[in-house]
Amino acid sequence: MSILVNKETRVVVCGITGKAGTFHSSQCLDFGTKIVAGVTPGKGGQMTGNNIPIFNSVQESVINEGVDTALIFVPPISAAASIMECIEANLKLIVCITEGIPVLDMVRISVALEHSNSRLVGPNCPGIISPGQRCKIGIMPAYIHRPGPIGVVSRSGTLTYEAVWQVTQRGSGQSTCVGIGGDQIIGTTHLDVIKMFNADPETEAILMVGEIGGNSEELAAAYIKQHVRKPVAAFIAGVTAPPGRRMGHAGAIVSGKQGNAESKLEALRDAGVAIAEVPSKMAETLFSVYGK
Amino acid sequence: MNIHEYQAQNLLKEFKVPVPSGVLVVGGDDYQAVLGAFHLDKICVKAQIHAGGRGAGHFKNNFGYGGVKIASSKKEALDVIRSMIGNTLVTKQTGNGGKVVHKVYLVEPVKFSREYYVAILIDRNLRRPVLMLSTEGGVDIEAIADRSPEKLHKIIIEPSSGLTISQTKELISKIRLTMEQAQELSDLLLKLYALFIAKDCSLIEINPLVLDKSGHFLAIDSKINFDDNALPRHPDIAKLRDIEEENPNEVEALQYNLNYIALDGNIACLVNGAGLAMATMDLIQYHGGQPANFLDIGGGANEEQITRAFRIILKNPNIRGIVVNIFGGIVKCDAVAQGIVNAAQATSLSLPMVVRFEGTNVGEGKEVLKSSGLRITFANGLDDAANKIVGLCCKKTSLKSNK
Repeated sequence: MSILVNKETRVVVCGITGKAGTFHSSQCLDFGTKIVAGVTPGKGGQMTGNNIPIFNSVQESVINEGVDTALIFVPPISAAASIMECIEANLKLIVCITEGIPVLDMVRISVALEHSNSRLVGPNCPGIISPGQRCKIGIMPAYIHRPGPIGVVSRSGTLTYEAVWQVTQRGSGQSTCVGIGGDQIIGTTHLDVIKMFNADPETEAILMVGEIGGNSEELAAAYIKQHVRKPVAAFIAGVTAPPGRRMGHAGAIVSGKQGNAESKLEALRDAGVAIAEVPSKMAETLFSVYGK
Repeated sequence: MNIHEYQAQNLLKEFKVPVPSGVLVVGGDDYQAVLGAFHLDKICVKAQIHAGGRGAGHFKNNFGYGGVKIASSKKEALDVIRSMIGNTLVTKQTGNGGKVVHKVYLVEPVKFSREYYVAILIDRNLRRPVLMLSTEGGVDIEAIADRSPEKLHKIIIEPSSGLTISQTKELISKIRLTMEQAQELSDLLLKLYALFIAKDCSLIEINPLVLDKSGHFLAIDSKINFDDNALPRHPDIAKLRDIEEENPNEVEALQYNLNYIALDGNIACLVNGAGLAMATMDLIQYHGGQPANFLDIGGGANEEQITRAFRIILKNPNIRGIVVNIFGGIVKCDAVAQGIVNAAQATSLSLPMVVRFEGTNVGEGKEVLKSSGLRITFANGLDDAANKIVGLCCKKTSLKSNK
């Protein structure tokens, strides 16, 4: 199996009539994802160019199309309201691609998530793909993926593609890839995904890509040390980034001693994780501890 | 977004938090007229720059004092203002280059008996705002957290209920105050939280908050940062931006939705994605080079943005070569290629350039570059790109001097 998504996942795209929503929903459809509905308030009752019914609200798409997952492309200032709508509609999974959501909005979303059955992946993330399940809920280029036994989890977008591509080029493939997002406050952390990969029988080894800032990698390392017997390799980006400067991602900032690469690498090494010294050797490092 | 102390103090005042009265002086003002309106002899002159550690800093033309100076007469104040404005202040937060002082803030010096530290910020791990209070005000907060963490009292705020009176009382009970003072501090903390929420702050720090001679609280110095993502809904706050305090190339990049940070090295980088951009910088250093900038062109960059990005990185006089690393997803390699060609032709680019393309429209992208006649070295993969650009820019040094 895969984690989080599979062949049966039924997806509603929020903001489906916008530029990004239109382009990426058709890319996801091409890959095989069951995109069964779209939401754009005021356009309910219409159909998209590729014959997907549009609804005014997420709730209507649940009633009419039985969706259980959302993919959100709504602009930053209203994205939080869209996530909240998905939580209220009791969706199992919400993948939010939108970059630039205000932090206090995410604080409120976090609290709502704690009291719900929904899981949020992102925001500011590339999404989730499971090549073997023909399910892509996100913006990643499909062709670099191949079905296989490696679980990939990363905060970054293109650096995830890099990791995935390295795995594919070595003739292997991915069970599921999860981009958890580069913001300070995100719905799903490295730890959450590592737990799921650990429990997933189809995932035989894990490639984890982290970056400076926060303590997500340290928490994952502590769990790996205790519970994970599958081979794990990791790369941490930003080893050479100067402190106090925000490196693109809102979350990628070293303040004081918090979040520097050394503490992350030390925690991961201590957990028995193989460390890729350079980003060009992410897959090579993983396969040095995981014999195909 | 960062603002100046005088702007932060004004915001506190707007939210009814007591602050000492002050007057801003900008270079070019009639300093004597400003001082004439001041009804005190002793005046504290504070340099306004976006960096901490001003008091302990020093000016490049050493005057024997840092960015905060108490003048004991108007005549002395005039000298201090004239010395500070236009000169470069170096603090532990500015880097060796320092920052030019364009404005100073004149405030009445306050006599006080005790100093406190107060801050509200978002704890990303708890995903909630936290309020911190310490009796060790006036010094660096990291020093308190290091030396005596037990003196840093902290409460977590539930966003749904906000900061409550029972929480402020609990927090204040950890320090010794009279009942009136406890009440006053509780009110003050509630006002700070109201400001934090109303303006989408990412940090409010008052250091020090003091008890003055009459036993009342006064915010002597404050620092407020705002969430950039929320600025669209706070036009009043967005107006407080002082672009003189920011790197002009970074400001220009922002206008084109490019994420650019100037660094000290000589290899310019143009990458899509923040993680990949950081990884590219790491790899350049691994091979013995130094990146001149961080640049993430973002998820949906078009030809025009790429051209702009190129022009911005070329403004740095230190650069000796350029590395382009694109893993096309939404960004298409051919659009990047066309942007490069446009910029190179417009600026008659002669520096060595290494290009690594992967992903969407990679073949078309390489074709555009090849047929352009530009002198470009293609790289196969991340490592090859970093290795080649370091080789081209740092011929005389050993390639793997770092590790």
